[in-house]
Amino acid sequence: MMNTVPAPGSDEELFASLPTTDDGARRRLHARLVVDAAEAGILDVAYRTIDSPVGMLLLAATQKGLVRVAYAVEDHEAVLEQLADRVSPRVLRAPARLDEMASEIEEYFAGRRSGFDLPLDFKLAQGFRRTVLSHLPDIGYGQTATYAAIAAAAGNPGAVRAVGTACAKNPLPVVVPCHRVVRSDGTIGEYVGGVEAKQTLLSLESAA
Amino acid sequence: MVLRVCRAVLGPMDADDAWSDTFLSAMKAYPDLRPGSNVEAWLVTIAHRKAIDQWRGRTRRAVPVADLSDRSDVGEPASADGLPGAWESDLWEALKALPPKQRQSVAYHYLAGLPYADVATVLGGSAAAARRAAADGIATLRRTYLNDTPRGEQR
Repeated sequence: MMNTVPAPGSDEELFASLPTTDDGARRRLHARLVVDAAEAGILDVAYRTIDSPVGMLLLAATQKGLVRVAYAVEDHEAVLEQLADRVSPRVLRAPARLDEMASEIEEYFAGRRSGFDLPLDFKLAQGFRRTVLSHLPDIGYGQTATYAAIAAAAGNPGAVRAVGTACAKNPLPVVVPCHRVVRSDGTIGEYVGGVEAKQTLLSLESAA
Repeated sequence: MVLRVCRAVLGPMDADDAWSDTFLSAMKAYPDLRPGSNVEAWLVTIAHRKAIDQWRGRTRRAVPVADLSDRSDVGEPASADGLPGAWESDLWEALKALPPKQRQSVAYHYLAGLPYADVATVLGGSAAAARRAAADGIATLRRTYLNDTPRGEQR
């Protein structure tokens, strides 16, 4: 709003000495808002990003636990809007609230962690998709299972395609290991973060 | 935008508190905001109420003589981080001298970019009255701020 240089003599020129943006103040006030909102119990969704071998990851958490992990290809802005729509519009960047989650994920990528011990919020996965996701942690680190095997484990052997959909829409990739689900013909199949990311995760796990 | 409005209405000392109160209230009320609402006008309305709360509170507490220690950099360009000395010493002095209604009309129209109809909704009264208050405010600012302290000279 009115970030253009005002013409000399215009009324806006009066306010030229009052900065339109002030990054120092913005950072200070943002930090204060995070603390105030948390105290008031209205910081419904906290998020941060972390760097990883598979690109920038967005992590988002509710009071219950980690609710979303998103790859850059999913478009982080779109993911935040989806969180605002489906979880709560009270979304704030609050890195410190996700320190524990970030460090477990970083340990995983460093090859120093083979399982996650994090509270998870499955609000973004309902019904059969939720059932499918609950079976994925049974596939051990460094192992794979087929879409058909997961369909059978989830109690619906015919729902192979639905398992594929559940994996493609997994709100918590990496942490809930949909990357360990592969096709029956031995090829690795699709992945929410792209096939290359899936290959990176499987190689990381088989190397450890 | 809201910080700029808070600074113009309340001055550098109290603007942070008003901004924080505004956004905390906005977060509380956000789930009730109807889709398609004018978010800017809504934020200014909240900021306006917070500013009034602060004026009421101000009479009950002493104004802190906070860190003015680095005000010695008079004449230096503003850093990205701090407020320019000119803003604190001149523009704010001039704004502070305006009647509240004029200062608010000027801030909500010129800094928040609200049309006078929306300014009138926030302030009460008519759009014509808001336009008149803003015009009077701007005329006074031109006289007290631009003329009394010609640009580029020692402040």
